[in-house]
Amino acid sequence: MSVLIDQNTKLIVQGITGRDGSFHAKQMVEYGTQVVAGVTPGKGGQEEHGVPVFNSVAEAKDKTQANTAVIYVPAKFAKDAILEDIAAGIDLIICITEGLPVLDMVEVRKAMENTSIRLIGPNCPGVISPGKSKVGIMPGHIHTPGSIGVVSRSGTLTYEVVYNLTLNNLGQSSCVGLGGDPIIGTRFIDVLEMFMKDDDTKGIVMVGEIGGEDEQKAAEYIKKEVTKPVVGFIAGRTAPAGKRMGHAGAIISSGDSTAEAKREVLKSAGVKVVDFPDEIPAIFQ
Amino acid sequence: MKIHEYQAKELFEKAGLPVVPGRVTTEVGEAVQFAGEVGYPVVLKSQVLVGGRGKAGGIKLVKDQAALEKAFGQLKVLEIKGYPVEKVFVVRAIDIRKEFYAAVTIDNAKDDVVLIASADGGVEIEETAKTNPNAIKKFYLQGQSQIDPQSLPWKEFISAIFPDPSHQEIGTKVFQNLIKVFFQHDCSLAEINPLVIDAHGEFYAADAKMSFDDNALASHEELLDLRDMRYEDADELEAKEAGLSFVKLEGNVGCIVNGAGLAMATMDIIKLSGGQPANFLDVGGSSNPEKVLTALKIILRNTDVRAILINIFGGITRCDDIANGILKAKEQIDLPVPLVVRLTGTNEKEAKELLAQNGIEIHSTMREAVDKVVELSK
Repeated sequence: MSVLIDQNTKLIVQGITGRDGSFHAKQMVEYGTQVVAGVTPGKGGQEEHGVPVFNSVAEAKDKTQANTAVIYVPAKFAKDAILEDIAAGIDLIICITEGLPVLDMVEVRKAMENTSIRLIGPNCPGVISPGKSKVGIMPGHIHTPGSIGVVSRSGTLTYEVVYNLTLNNLGQSSCVGLGGDPIIGTRFIDVLEMFMKDDDTKGIVMVGEIGGEDEQKAAEYIKKEVTKPVVGFIAGRTAPAGKRMGHAGAIISSGDSTAEAKREVLKSAGVKVVDFPDEIPAIFQ
Repeated sequence: MKIHEYQAKELFEKAGLPVVPGRVTTEVGEAVQFAGEVGYPVVLKSQVLVGGRGKAGGIKLVKDQAALEKAFGQLKVLEIKGYPVEKVFVVRAIDIRKEFYAAVTIDNAKDDVVLIASADGGVEIEETAKTNPNAIKKFYLQGQSQIDPQSLPWKEFISAIFPDPSHQEIGTKVFQNLIKVFFQHDCSLAEINPLVIDAHGEFYAADAKMSFDDNALASHEELLDLRDMRYEDADELEAKEAGLSFVKLEGNVGCIVNGAGLAMATMDIIKLSGGQPANFLDVGGSSNPEKVLTALKIILRNTDVRAILINIFGGITRCDDIANGILKAKEQIDLPVPLVVRLTGTNEKEAKELLAQNGIEIHSTMREAVDKVVELSK
């Protein structure tokens, strides 16, 4: 098993005719992902890497029975791309695009309310279930099938972690990149729950960073619900403190969002927190 | 992006928020003239983009021309947290009877916009939030960009802030306009602290703070001229224009990395390995060779830098783009410090071939590359 995506995932690529969309559509096809459709308004009827291109998500879904969409469109069109997926009833939306205004995401979250639609990202590397399906921008060859679940707020740092696992013969069940923006579709807790339910996931790696309180919430959840071993890495111990303005931020945030505070709270929840990404494999061996 | 109080008040006024008449100036003569027009006492407020200006002596109440001239002179030579005061905002003094706090911001954890208000406004608001959290009221907009003044939750909220019924209608109007101005400009914060009621029962935004979502600036032409370049680091701006994200630090190991998380982790690991990172630099996704060239130029301006680490884990960034950038940089600039390169991921093979043909060694693990660059920086 795996989480979110597998060999049955049928994928629509939004922005398939753009530079990044086209490049990564090809990589996904080569990896073995079932890329069933591309969408670029005005380019319907074309083909890109053998994949038929449609004018809209609704049409693409109708013709191909796709259940997942991945978004590579520029930031100013990304909100509409997500809303189009929500309207079309796509089960899983993975938004790679970075640079979305935060208020766009407030609108997206509102539109997703009371639906079972899941959004991953934006500003994320995507999801891969090694050997089954790859939806995103991660380099496929560094992954290998196995039983470690990886969940991360970062992109390239996730690759670093996965690469170290693979080098040490520790395969992955699924690797989920949540994205680095303040408002995202899916957070640590959601994926930890999925990994707990997935019998093939035996251990979990969680990669966090400074800012926000998601790691603290994850720590609370881990303490109560997670019985599988969790290894953590938090980036940003040397990052300078952010320049703050006004009082509102301090009023709504109760916690300390530094790397050290997150490391401590995760340790107290029983997570093995490492200093170097290459120390992770040894914890599972 | 942040803007000054006087700029925020202009945007507030356009949105229908009550602000006290004021004039921003660098000249004492203009301040005297304005004070003459509105009448003493007036308040002189230093325009700086850092907090705590009141406590730093940057705000002065003056009762006559002599006092104004003296205070103006003092402000003009004042530095607040390292920033010299350039402009002074002169406003008519208000006879304050009651101070409130009001702000609209985004609560990331709730995925929603929130209006925060308190009947205990003023500089101690954060302390109040800690010691008496019940004094702070929050109203979530539930994904909407306005409130319904007739709804029960709103009526409860407004009466908690303004127990005096005569204040509730005007208070609602103020909050509605604060919400309006927040959405109008894609703010990350629109804050009034304090919101005051004067001796005549009039409401005024006695201060104004606004900051904006950088991701939304491109669609807000009205904000472009408001940036105060004195608060921007020239290197950071140049980096931003080239699509890079750069922050200068104190150390001597230059870093070029793709992705913010890996860039932070690289800095952390340099430090844990006995080195000192000179900067944070994220080349971002979809890299092109030009970006590497610009990144190297910016890093090399820092004469403390003794070695540079390029750490790329290709995903959307293609290693061959980075390799081409390195080769281009080698042609165009004379590198005075050693370069340690670690490239892996998308198009790694092509990149290795390109660099090998030009005699550049590639490390495949981060630990190995970091150890090497730290050694070279000593």
